[in-house]
Amino acid sequence: MNLLWLAFTLIGAVLGVLLSARAVDPVMMMHGLLFSIAAVLSAFALISRHYKYIGASLLEDNGSGINYNVDIVKAGVIASTFWGIVGFTVGLVIALQLTFPVLNFDLPWTNFGRLRPLHTSAVIFAFGGNVLIATSFHVVQRTCRTRLAGDIAPWFVFWGYQLFIVLAATGYVLGVTQSKEYAEPEWYVDIWLTLVWVVYLLVFLATLWKRQEKHIYVANWFYLAFIVTIAMLHIVNNLSLPVSFAGVKSYSLFAGVQSALTQWWYGHNAVGFFLTAGFLGIMYYFIPKRANRPVYSYRLSIIHFWALIFLYIWAGPHHLHYTALPDWAQTLGMTFSIMLWMPSWGGMINGLMTLSGVWDKLRTDPVIRFLVASVAFYGMSTFEGPLMSIKAVNALSHYTDWTIGHVHSGALGWVAYISFGALYFLVPVLWKRKSLYSDALVNLHFWISTIGILLYITAMWVSGILQGLMWRAYDSFGFLEYSFSETVEAMHPFYLIRALGGVLFLLGALIMAYNLWRTARGDVREKEKGSLVLNMEMVGAR
Amino acid sequence: MDYHAMSHFAQSYGLLYLFGLFIIVLAYALWPRNKEKFDKAARLPLEDE
Repeated sequence: MNLLWLAFTLIGAVLGVLLSARAVDPVMMMHGLLFSIAAVLSAFALISRHYKYIGASLLEDNGSGINYNVDIVKAGVIASTFWGIVGFTVGLVIALQLTFPVLNFDLPWTNFGRLRPLHTSAVIFAFGGNVLIATSFHVVQRTCRTRLAGDIAPWFVFWGYQLFIVLAATGYVLGVTQSKEYAEPEWYVDIWLTLVWVVYLLVFLATLWKRQEKHIYVANWFYLAFIVTIAMLHIVNNLSLPVSFAGVKSYSLFAGVQSALTQWWYGHNAVGFFLTAGFLGIMYYFIPKRANRPVYSYRLSIIHFWALIFLYIWAGPHHLHYTALPDWAQTLGMTFSIMLWMPSWGGMINGLMTLSGVWDKLRTDPVIRFLVASVAFYGMSTFEGPLMSIKAVNALSHYTDWTIGHVHSGALGWVAYISFGALYFLVPVLWKRKSLYSDALVNLHFWISTIGILLYITAMWVSGILQGLMWRAYDSFGFLEYSFSETVEAMHPFYLIRALGGVLFLLGALIMAYNLWRTARGDVREKEKGSLVLNMEMVGAR
Repeated sequence: MDYHAMSHFAQSYGLLYLFGLFIIVLAYALWPRNKEKFDKAARLPLEDE
């Protein structure tokens, strides 16, 4: 099996060099080389791994229980923390660029237009994606009571995914994009991600297949829905024809309104299945785990799951209100979005009520505070979303900063907070520590970033509605009351407040990184010795 | 299939299809005999080591 992987790396190395040598543009030349280097490094890693593990068998049971694959989850935790900080930093940079345009530096590579996809991809795919891969690998092993399937395959998923991130990110900065929101990478990067994703799916399915538990726990259903649907969305939305096999440029198979509908079918389901279903998998495992209570209603979780996945897939057209898209399709998108209130709030109640009986943990355990606040933000942003999908509301909110505020209450409040909670839970478990380095720092992180989020959202609400109202204001002669630049000027103070919120959020993430690093090293903060929330697994073991 | 046929299909059979699915899911989740299975499943994450 190792030989097969080795053969793949050699093919990859040759392919990379060929692409680089025959490249018709400089970016393909660079990416070909980068691919080649990655392949050669993998070959080295494979060979040294072979000699390191020679004779050592990877047993299902190593004598002291199931031999879970911990290393892959550890790697995922480190990558998530790293990419999180990168993504938040770029976000702050572009927030400041909007406030002070001079920070674009008049250079193509530092232009807002190129850095914005860098930010969105870094936070969604690099940070969020690594969190999802790491937690899904952890949860599927634990709830199936079996070691993760595959030896090299999970590592291919991990490193292949990092390579995808690097190829995409360097491409953006150098101006390579297919101009589809959240699907900017060009055709060759898309093909690479498809390969990685298929192996991810296979590893996940193979682990489910060899499970030692009869029932597949609900968190795994959500993860599986996320993996399968993202594969489908990614492939369909990225169907395109490259101009040359050695060049970066391609043309989409779709045009006009078909292209727009495909794009927003993809775009909204990236929200629905990447940022929602996947992270609900985290909710259904990590909240019960940290609170040490079973989920409030398992039956509700089943209804939640099927209702969510069958409704979400139709909601995309609400991104195309008042466009060339047929009116009935717009109304359909709006109707399905409003119906989503039900599963969303059902899920929120299920997550929150898991705490019933142990609400005091909200006071004593700052990690629970992150997890619970994230579900509260989930409830808030999934209330706001359907509201904004109503045509009359959308007429005011669309294209304004309200949308940006809405996205960030979901992204910062829900996605990032549930991820932070999971990371704080995972590090002591994976590195076998009795507790975190400091709970006080978790608490500090919580309050600093919560203030940051509130500043962000409120600033964007005010600026968005102001912007929307200014755009639609007419004077008594029927002329537009304000010029576009006047509306931009009115945004300035709110952009400043938003950037301040970003500073606080980034600061919180840095505190987390420090805390996690000290925890992994095995340190405990002197002052808090004796009062820290204990890692249940280590307590049980001793 | 023209535009009207398409929208008619979505507005009739589409509705029935989704409503039918919903009823099946409700029945599965609330079926009394499944209760024990689900109660056991809910404890799955708490019983891993």
